[in-house]
Amino acid sequence: MTTLETGFASPLAGYLLVAALLFAIGLAGALVRRNAILVLIGIELMLNAANLNLIAFWRYGPHPEALTGMMFAIFSIAVAAAEAAVGLGLVIAIYRHTNTTDLDKMNRMKG
Amino acid sequence: MAASSFFVDLDQIFIILRDWIVGFLPVALRPAAGVVLSVIAIVAVFPGLFALTTVFERKGLARIQNRLGPNRVGPFGFFQPIADGIKSLTKEDIVPFSANAAVHFLAPLVLVVTVFMGFAVLPMGRNMVLVDMDAGLLFFFAMGAATELSVFMAGWSSRNKYSLLGAMRAVAQMISYEVVLLLSSVAVVMISGSLSLPKIVAAQNQYTGWFPHWYIFTPWGLAGFIMYAIAATAETNRSPFDLPEGESELVAGYHTEYSGFKFALFFLGEYLAMFSISGLGTTLFLGGWSAPLSLLTWVPSWIWFFGKMMMSIFVFIWMRGTLPRLRQDQLMNFAWKFALPFTLLNLMVTALWRFMGEGWARWVVCTAILAVAYVVMARVGSREEHFGRRSYRYAE
Amino acid sequence: MTPVFYLLAALTLAGGLAAVLLKHLVHCALAVTVAFAGLALLFLQLDAQFAGFAQILVYIGAVAILIVFAILLTRGSELPKDGVFSRTWFVGLVIAAGVFAVLGWAVLESVSAIPEQSAVPQVTVHDIGVALVGRYVLPLEIVALLLTAATIGAVIVAMHEKVRPK
Repeated sequence: MTTLETGFASPLAGYLLVAALLFAIGLAGALVRRNAILVLIGIELMLNAANLNLIAFWRYGPHPEALTGMMFAIFSIAVAAAEAAVGLGLVIAIYRHTNTTDLDKMNRMKG
Repeated sequence: MAASSFFVDLDQIFIILRDWIVGFLPVALRPAAGVVLSVIAIVAVFPGLFALTTVFERKGLARIQNRLGPNRVGPFGFFQPIADGIKSLTKEDIVPFSANAAVHFLAPLVLVVTVFMGFAVLPMGRNMVLVDMDAGLLFFFAMGAATELSVFMAGWSSRNKYSLLGAMRAVAQMISYEVVLLLSSVAVVMISGSLSLPKIVAAQNQYTGWFPHWYIFTPWGLAGFIMYAIAATAETNRSPFDLPEGESELVAGYHTEYSGFKFALFFLGEYLAMFSISGLGTTLFLGGWSAPLSLLTWVPSWIWFFGKMMMSIFVFIWMRGTLPRLRQDQLMNFAWKFALPFTLLNLMVTALWRFMGEGWARWVVCTAILAVAYVVMARVGSREEHFGRRSYRYAE
Repeated sequence: MTPVFYLLAALTLAGGLAAVLLKHLVHCALAVTVAFAGLALLFLQLDAQFAGFAQILVYIGAVAILIVFAILLTRGSELPKDGVFSRTWFVGLVIAAGVFAVLGWAVLESVSAIPEQSAVPQVTVHDIGVALVGRYVLPLEIVALLLTAATIGAVIVAMHEKVRPK
């Protein structure tokens, strides 16, 4: 008896699908666009989708009072902020060096 | 006694009014109607206070500068805000041709909406908080963080160098001082043990003899309050931190290209942010709606809250008229090199206060640590570099 | 599935789509902020208040502003001559679609052993605080170290290089 047959009996499936779709959108953004900053935006979207997954499983899971999902999501938010800071610092440093943020042009290690 | 029950009723007058009005509706609609009425009250009262504050500010600044201020419209000029309102509503709404129309339109809306949301968690009197959230303080700071984005949106969408410069300065200043704001509030959370604002007020609403247990009367509370006040002035872009909207330099900073009603919305948003941050300051450090002496508890609680809030606004106006403006690098230096380390030290002193237990020892130790730290960091450590001989360069 | 959930999901997905499809970078940054806000509201819908407010405070209040500053400092306002999509965009799209297909199939085909309507968990900030200094104290300290390292690293990476005397 799958969720597809019974419809969205559990709201959990709805949240997981939204998270999966958001993850795919973020992945597409990171792979399809030229600008380095948009790749970082795509990565942030993917991290957010994972957070949504964590919180949804925490809420509809067997032991929400153990707070595991919520803690994991909070630490994930902190780590994502740190990673965004370092990533954007890197993009700025590369821009200062090569005067471009176009990823198609940054395909050599030389320079 | 009849007298004391009269004062209890006066204290709860707004709650009683709301319940009476809501009583006319069917039972199913009552909770929603109660909330709607409270929201209408907030949306009516605070812009009204804003109008009053604009008059106070103009007349206060004028008196500090030895002139009269607006005195033509109404008795002593007190109907000036009505004239200002009519002017801003009927002025032409000019949007620059190359401006990004959608973002330009949305920026003042985002500002006003997020600032109004901050009022939802302030306890304005006994039992008079709109939403008693468990993480109320965190919600307030989240709304404060969201206002920074609207400042940037306004400056960028105007396609104007000065607006963009003003917006970037404003955002850099706001994010620097937001850290100081949060850390000085964490000290209060540590001692009161809760993020919920009504509980923080309840923890301060006790009296030993005549004196209240407000946090400002403790060494860490005083240091925290001063840091909070400085950070609040910087967060709301008020003088002496008003370089982003420096009227003598950047025209009007990030709201240069706004006219008419949208400018009025920015103005409203700035003053409402001042109100809400003063309200939070009184809740955290000045005891919220509690009376300053135990024999004055018969005065209604909302009078104390609004009185303390208006006192803070008065201090803001006083600072604006008195202090010179800080340069951008001076204020950033101040934030990261003095305010942040001092606030972290204050946190540790708060922890020391909590664990030393009752008695006079903790007063002496904590006051000594904070005083020595202030002298070392502010006086000795920030001495200006020695200026050399001046050199002049004349126009040829 | 309540109408509120559908509305918030639509808002979040629209923000995400706009963030990866729009031409102008600052519009993309503002669209991803809308996606963050939608996600924060979804967290609130899931009774995770602390996570929702932390999401607004950190993502909208800090990460979005970081992104916007980076766009301004790298002259993102100018549109590139060769268009905004990279040369290999089709492969990227196929990969993303494949990932979504796999994840979606996994979600829809899984047998639900989870009870359908669980009770709302009563989580207070006090419980989170106790958990943070009790069971999760080691991750807390490691995250503190990580944030310090990230701050110092970001400052060093993005600092202006000192002009070396030639």
